[in-house]
Amino acid sequence: MSPESAAFVTGVCEALDNDPTRLLDILLEVEAQFGHVGGEVMDLIAETLKVPRVQVEGVVSFYAFLHSEPRGKVVIRLCNDVIDRLRGADRVAEALEDELGIHFGETTPDGLFSLEHASCIGMTDQSPAALVNDVVVPSLGSSKARRGIQVLKEKGDFDELQKLLIRDHGDGNNAHPLVRSAVRNNLRQPGAVIFGPKTKPGAALERALAMSPAEVIRELKTARLRGRGGAGFPTGMKWEFTRAAGGDERYLICNADEGEPGTFKDRVILTERPDLVFEGMTVGGYALGARQGILYLRGEYAYLRPLLEHVLEERRASGLLGHDIQGKPGFDFDIRIQMGAGAYICGEETALISSMEGKRGDPKTRPPFPAQEGYLGKPTSVNNVETLCCVARILEMGSGWFSSMGTPASTGTKLLSISGDCSRHGIYEVPFGITLREVLEMCFADEPFAVQIGGPSGQMVGMEAFDRKICFDDLATGGALMILGAGRNVVEIAAEQLRFFVHESCGYCTPCRVGNVLLLERLEQILAGNGEAADLDYLEQLARSVKTTSRCGLGQSSPRPVLSTLENFREEYEKLLIEPVDGQLASFDINTALGPAKALTGRDSVHFEQQGGER
Amino acid sequence: MAKAKVATTSLCGCFGCHMSLLDIDERILELIELVDFDRSPINDFKEIQGPVDIGLIEGGCANEENVKVLQEFRRHCKVLISVGDCAINGGIPAMRNMVPLAECYEEAFLKGPTVVNPSGKVPDDEEIPLLLDKVYPAHEVVKMDYHLPGCPPSADTLWAALTALLTGKPVDLPYELVKYD
Ligand SMILES: Cc1cc2nc3c(=O)[nH]c(=O)nc-3n(C[C@H](O)[C@H](O)[C@H](O)COP(=O)(O)O)c2cc1C
Ligand code: SF4
Ligand code: SF4
Repeated sequence: MSPESAAFVTGVCEALDNDPTRLLDILLEVEAQFGHVGGEVMDLIAETLKVPRVQVEGVVSFYAFLHSEPRGKVVIRLCNDVIDRLRGADRVAEALEDELGIHFGETTPDGLFSLEHASCIGMTDQSPAALVNDVVVPSLGSSKARRGIQVLKEKGDFDELQKLLIRDHGDGNNAHPLVRSAVRNNLRQPGAVIFGPKTKPGAALERALAMSPAEVIRELKTARLRGRGGAGFPTGMKWEFTRAAGGDERYLICNADEGEPGTFKDRVILTERPDLVFEGMTVGGYALGARQGILYLRGEYAYLRPLLEHVLEERRASGLLGHDIQGKPGFDFDIRIQMGAGAYICGEETALISSMEGKRGDPKTRPPFPAQEGYLGKPTSVNNVETLCCVARILEMGSGWFSSMGTPASTGTKLLSISGDCSRHGIYEVPFGITLREVLEMCFADEPFAVQIGGPSGQMVGMEAFDRKICFDDLATGGALMILGAGRNVVEIAAEQLRFFVHESCGYCTPCRVGNVLLLERLEQILAGNGEAADLDYLEQLARSVKTTSRCGLGQSSPRPVLSTLENFREEYEKLLIEPVDGQLASFDINTALGPAKALTGRDSVHFEQQGGER
Repeated sequence: MAKAKVATTSLCGCFGCHMSLLDIDERILELIELVDFDRSPINDFKEIQGPVDIGLIEGGCANEENVKVLQEFRRHCKVLISVGDCAINGGIPAMRNMVPLAECYEEAFLKGPTVVNPSGKVPDDEEIPLLLDKVYPAHEVVKMDYHLPGCPPSADTLWAALTALLTGKPVDLPYELVKYD
């Protein structure tokens, strides 16, 4: 390592007070500078922060956006989510491999390009999509991919490529000078709460500050607001617990890690309503008695960070953040943005906290719950982006206004991220209680065969569920709705979703780390035409074990693609099954098993002829 | 009533599971009252004679002959049991699954410190069964009905399972018979 490089690294550490809890930020900055975090650099960071070297290496190896080996100057990360693949991502992948002469996971010999896969990058409404370094490239066809590579090879200039890839900016704030992205909002149907008319920043806060913190929390309880991040826990109750926990230091975290495949609603909120999010956080700061709020932004949305920082600056300038906010003596609150680094599990609130503390993004054992001991061991409330927007609107418009929408137990509106086989992908803000059929009509799904509700951790339902309601007590969803048209193979899709969980499991506990691999193997066997009836029982039993014995929400929901398709689409599995002959397993192929030995010994089998069967 | 037929074999195992069966000691006299042995190392029959009620499989499949024998057992046995960790998991022999097959052959026939092989070639003699690409547990080759874990399962475990099956009672293995620490 050159002295300049060493100085850079120690400088980055120094700028963050050599604070080991900021390890993730340090590593992200070092990676941005050098393209990777090499062994010597890890040594130096460990030494500077006075942490064990293995902690640094553990963090580097955990996140998709950190690398210990050098990669190309241009890193192309193609999203390989189910929807992207249904819409041609594999052809794009072939085109990229062909143009560059390398496979995924490799770097060109000249060190210019690397190809990688990414789990859902939050663009399923404009798929296939890829990240080229930090730049999001939506609607990427194979010819566009080829052209892009050719231009880059000729000009060797990343700016040229960017111009080509982003010829048109998206709508709304995507065209903002601080964003300049080709992403489109696809906001198909605004509703009253989140995407209603924009209001003056500070309106909700003004009302909140006229009340006591306890009254603010009571207002949320009266509105019967439930969390929008998936679990649906009552927000007022969560804040009450957090406030009631001892000590005088508390934190509010906005969970903008949006990693559930097929979900992209938080992306559009952050693009178009950042003020509303920060307003909700500030109200939270007041209600909880927290002085610090943190927005954990997924690495894939890094392109939104300049805009968000700008909005924060504006709010500081107009006295909506900082000291004695809006003239309320002693109410101090500020917000910082924490970048994530490409790990789905970090959306789980305790993993998110680990990640923010500079550790691997492993979930923590509960209890203690974050409300008791969260970030840095202090009482912490983690809330979804959409939830915090609801908070702001409830304070501004009143709990009666909010609870008049939706159903008695699921009040307000819900943002749905709709993708898949329909003609109008995008964001729909609908009142809770709407039926699935109404939603399908709204987005022009012509021949819906199955709908994946709530992403891979949700459930796959068929036609018989179309009259059910979208709400917490019936079809619950964090927002994703993937539509599968006639002719789609739900078993293949379940396998695809399991691959996602296998990839994203943090590996801490055995049922999730091993169980999901076994489930996937058996599904692949069935898909290869080698499954028999007993395999379905095996899948069901194993899936139940994984569900009941895993340590965190990821493992507890990872078998749901299998369980819900077995429940709702059993006939699709049965179509693939065969009758075993003589108790022999079709999945065992003697010719494959003997191939290498035949080649090594130069002779044929004594017992088995090439065509299978005994001689 | 005719006596039940039992067949046993050792595929890629160490015969430890069979030794454990012999550890039932004098109960073997009772066993003989209940069963006749078809193919088994105990009587040294080389081929299965006829329909068999219970087949006991020790060891997994490491080579073509193991596969042939196991498939033959499956065809003739009503109930087939994986006995011991090798049959169930591949066991010690499956440690070679981490090593490419070419290196296994090389070590065994060409480069191993005790090897004398002037031909310098991997033998192609038909007497030496071809190895499979990896060691497979029995249930990845044919359908297995029961699994008796242990290395080896104790004589009491084998006895409890066998007598229950032979007398048509549910197989009930108390905790002491399937715990290993
Ligand atoms: C594997 C996993 C991933 C999650 N990802 C997210 C996420 O991306 N965004 C989110 O808000 N909540 C996510 N959650 C839920 C959070 O743990 C937490 O419940 C939520 O942020 C609480 O906010 P809410 O009460 O406003 O819904 C995830 C949970 C699990 C188990
Ligand atoms: S369930 Fe999966 S993701 Fe959760 S702690 Fe266990 S291994 Fe990690
Ligand atoms: S399970 Fe143990 S005793 Fe039985 S064959 Fe394998 S190594 Fe030998």
